[in-house]
Amino acid sequence: MEILVIIFLLAGMFFFVVGVVGLLRLPDVYCRLHATTKCDTLGAGLILFGLVLFAGISVDSVKLLLIILFIWLTNPTASHIIAHAAYRNNEPTAEGTHTLDKTERGAACD
Amino acid sequence: MLETVFVAFAVLLSAATFLCLFRAVLGPSAADRVVAINVIGTKAVVIISLISFAFHQEYFLDVAIVYALISFVATVGIAKYLEKGSLE
Repeated sequence: MEILVIIFLLAGMFFFVVGVVGLLRLPDVYCRLHATTKCDTLGAGLILFGLVLFAGISVDSVKLLLIILFIWLTNPTASHIIAHAAYRNNEPTAEGTHTLDKTERGAACD
Repeated sequence: MLETVFVAFAVLLSAATFLCLFRAVLGPSAADRVVAINVIGTKAVVIISLISFAFHQEYFLDVAIVYALISFVATVGIAKYLEKGSLE
């Protein structure tokens, strides 16, 4: 069981590190959101699930499962809201970005 | 024995959080900073959970729940302010 917990923690840590590298290296806001949202959601889920295995059946593991559920609901929502705000705010995209937006603004980006 | 591992992972996650802080400080636009703060919030929840099991203070998990809630509300508020210029 201890080895299983450590495997879950290592997997979560791997995804967190990938997310941080993406946050630091990718060229614009949308790419950074793309990297960090998925990696953080999965990484937090894996590490907290490892802690659930460590806690066993108790009130603590119910609380941890609540935190996992809440992070899985709110993290994608928050990222969507940030991306929407950035898009409406006319954040510049990286060099060489192609857009399939058919509205007036998308045509202006082309 | 696993408690030591939890402390080690908390320290590693703190180092990752410090790297995110670079993007929050440097980030060319305000949206970049919001992304970085959102990431730091998620990492803080995980660090609090790890610390609570490392030192057998399980009631810290309540703090983690409240931190996750408040971090989400803060992100939504800042994003709305970015989009509309006010919180009306």
